[in-house]
Amino acid sequence: MKGSSQLGLLAINFLILSLLAFGGANAIIPEMNRQAVDVAHWMTDAQFAALFAIAQAAPGPNVMVVTLVGWQVAGLAGACVATAAMIGPSWALTYMVFRAWGRFKNRPWAMAIQNGIAPVTVGLIASSAFLLAGAADNSAIAFGLTAATAALTYWTGLNPLWVFGVAAILGACGLV
Amino acid sequence: MADPVPSDEGGAAEIPTLRELFFNFMMVSAVAFGGVLPWARRKLVDETHWLSEREFLDTLALCQFLPGPNIVNLSIAVGARFRGLAGSAAAFLGIMGLPFVLVIGLGALYGEYGQLPQVRGALLGISAAASGMILGMAGKIATPLLRRRPVEAAPVIAAVFVAVALLRWPLPWVLLGMAPLSIAIGRWRRR
Repeated sequence: MKGSSQLGLLAINFLILSLLAFGGANAIIPEMNRQAVDVAHWMTDAQFAALFAIAQAAPGPNVMVVTLVGWQVAGLAGACVATAAMIGPSWALTYMVFRAWGRFKNRPWAMAIQNGIAPVTVGLIASSAFLLAGAADNSAIAFGLTAATAALTYWTGLNPLWVFGVAAILGACGLV
Repeated sequence: MADPVPSDEGGAAEIPTLRELFFNFMMVSAVAFGGVLPWARRKLVDETHWLSEREFLDTLALCQFLPGPNIVNLSIAVGARFRGLAGSAAAFLGIMGLPFVLVIGLGALYGEYGQLPQVRGALLGISAAASGMILGMAGKIATPLLRRRPVEAAPVIAAVFVAVALLRWPLPWVLLGMAPLSIAIGRWRRR
């Protein structure tokens, strides 16, 4: 009984998030965190940060954090429900719009929407970084890692996996 | 060289089969650590020649325009382009299947060993680095915006950040308020 209501809640949450995810999965991290930690009390802030770290360290699309949140809440069924709910609506939308897009991509209104959404997306992604750093940066070394990775990402094309590796080793040694 | 004859209709080699769509997207997902996009570009443009550079950028622009994970949208769009609904399913399953299994395995390991200090420490380290990566990405997207139209973009970026990160307002309300406002500001400034 409790299980199925949790699955329903997961489905509703991610169906909504799917249609709000302008700028991809990283833009909805704050809302996902708010729902999972503050509203539904599925996990603690630290657990959320750990799931996020696992999703980032594994290969594949960064939307996998959704799968992990579902897994944490309700096991395999939760993972499937959360992933399907997150992908379903945007799949349908992408499929339909893709067929018509060629005709209207250069229309003024389409460009106006695109231009208007872009700064909103930047604000959302910056919010994600702020909240995740807030959960992870409890020491000077952690803060330094965040700053260094931000600088490397901004100024170089270095594959972040190298930095993740160094960060994981530092953390495993108890330095972070 | 890429396409000897640049064509808009993707008249490149031949239409990929469902199996090719599935396996090529799966290969992308398997190597794509820390962001799938560069790997997807390499596979679709340089290796398979399914898309020209121009077509790739156009498709990507559409996928970023729509809500949802960009790279998943990209796989759906590319699959649909060549093989319709079945193609979009093949490409989507290709890009999601392996990471899905892998991440659940990692989640199970976390459930088992998540309390070990070494594991907690390692994840904390990755978290700190990954949040820096996202910050760097935000900066990369913001720079051209702020250079091109600072007066419009900066207040919107700041307002969204305050509402979402500091006040923790629910995203639906923030988007319903800010997206139309931002679009309106952009149109009004262009008059």
